[in-house]
Amino acid sequence: MIGVEHYLTVSAALFVIGIFGLFLNRKNIIILLMSLELILLAVNINFVAFSSFMGDLVGQIFTLFVLTVAAAEAAIGLAILVCFFRNRGTIDVEDVNVMKG
Amino acid sequence: MSGDIDVIRPEVYLAIYCLLALLGAAFTIRDRATPILIWLTAIVLALMAWWIGAKDGLDLAFAGSFVDDGFARFAKVTILLSAAVVLLLSEDYLRRANVLRFEYPILVALSVLGMMVMVSAGDLIVLYMGLELQALAAYVLTSIRRDSVRSTEAGLKFFVLGALSSGLLLYGASLTYGYAGTTAFAGIIAGTADGVSLGLLFGLVFICAGIAFKVSAAPFHMWTPDVYEGSPTPITAFLATASKVAATGLLARIVFGAFGMVAGDWQQIVAFLSVVSMYLGSIAAIGQRDIKRLMAYSSISHMGFALMGLASATEFGVQAMLIYMAIYVVMNLGTFAFILSMEKNGQPITDIRMLNMFSRTEPAKALALLVLLFSLAGVPPMVGFFGKLYVLRAAYEGDLTWLAILGMIASVISAFFYLRIVYFMYFGEERQPIDGRMSGINWAILMGSAAIMILGVVNLFGIEGVAAAAAATLVQ
Repeated sequence: MIGVEHYLTVSAALFVIGIFGLFLNRKNIIILLMSLELILLAVNINFVAFSSFMGDLVGQIFTLFVLTVAAAEAAIGLAILVCFFRNRGTIDVEDVNVMKG
Repeated sequence: MSGDIDVIRPEVYLAIYCLLALLGAAFTIRDRATPILIWLTAIVLALMAWWIGAKDGLDLAFAGSFVDDGFARFAKVTILLSAAVVLLLSEDYLRRANVLRFEYPILVALSVLGMMVMVSAGDLIVLYMGLELQALAAYVLTSIRRDSVRSTEAGLKFFVLGALSSGLLLYGASLTYGYAGTTAFAGIIAGTADGVSLGLLFGLVFICAGIAFKVSAAPFHMWTPDVYEGSPTPITAFLATASKVAATGLLARIVFGAFGMVAGDWQQIVAFLSVVSMYLGSIAAIGQRDIKRLMAYSSISHMGFALMGLASATEFGVQAMLIYMAIYVVMNLGTFAFILSMEKNGQPITDIRMLNMFSRTEPAKALALLVLLFSLAGVPPMVGFFGKLYVLRAAYEGDLTWLAILGMIASVISAFFYLRIVYFMYFGEERQPIDGRMSGINWAILMGSAAIMILGVVNLFGIEGVAAAAAATLVQ
């Protein structure tokens, strides 16, 4: 029998992979965006799993909000990325270094 | 149902205003409408502050998911007024930088709308939506100079770390939902009367980490210096004032509104954030030559002090935090009014060494900046000192004497880099002076906030009583 803890394990694993992808990735900013999506999807799995096991709809409604906002967020992120590419001519993570930090 | 709409009327009207302004400007004179829109938006925000400030009592809307109490109104008035002042400050700078786009005032208004929803949140979903509206508009504002490498790079960094912080916050929200069984703050606080489960504790920690990003409290501060340096200066002022008030307001709202029963659990998190921010901000600012980076570290250390009030977990602590934030906003607006006018040969400059012997060329402005910097450093008798006094007293009375002592030491360290600017202005070596001319509004705001810093010592303009009443509605 698959219980809620199995879903939580999957989502925790996805969440950690997303965080690691964000910090260990030294290649490409697109991969950063993918990692961010992974984090949000891990959250969604959590919400839906809890919602379904508790028989409470609020979690699924929250998931719909998260999905919508994630789409808007990705759009803005890509727009900023395009502007950055036009100025800098590269989207390597290592080249995001005009300002120290 | 119509009662619910009545409660959120200010937010609804602001949203309608944003949409109408966006459509109106896009279909007519586009960027030529910007100066009008900046003024119009500033007036709308100021009127809204006046309207919200005149309201009274406690209103709940949509089954408690939107709370309109004294605390929310205090934060909203501060946010609205500071955003209006930032708008007035920005016109001259934007014209010189050639980014007078009509989206600018509308994005500021949308971000303010998000902040208003944030401080009124009574439910995790509302919290998240407000936070994202605020953040998404801020990402765009940061990179609004889209032909500048620095501005777009700042926007990119802000976006990636901001999205990460939303992810952390959401993961915390999902755990909280799972272990508390509800997303409503009222439900969470009712379920934690006899302690929190481990899952809920994890949720609390993740939510605090996510909001600490937005507050730019160390150790989640790494985006702050770069974003402050890279974004256009009016946006830096906006991020340093309005969005900080909203983020601290949100943190106070969630720790008291949803986790008020288990204060011991979050108290240590907030106290930790407070200590690390105060020290990291004060020490890292010493090495800075760029005034915008310096203001970034300065705001990190100020956030440490504001969180000290919250860490005491008392009603007086919330009052101290509100007073501190209001004073901090006024000081920062004045300082940024000055920073916006720093230029040489038509180029904006940010190096603090260019202020050498500034007092000789512009004695009045130098004196106003001196007052503001003394106030930021917490030197008595400026108002900034009273802000620090309040939070230190709150920490002391909340049995966090060690925190108060650490805070005093940190405030001495942070005095160094403020006073160094004063040293440059009055006793520095001869150099070619900066020729920053200042628009009338910026001059008035600089002088006005400096005057407030001195005149406020009489009775802090009665803010004390208002903040006390606001804090009383949050902490039951």
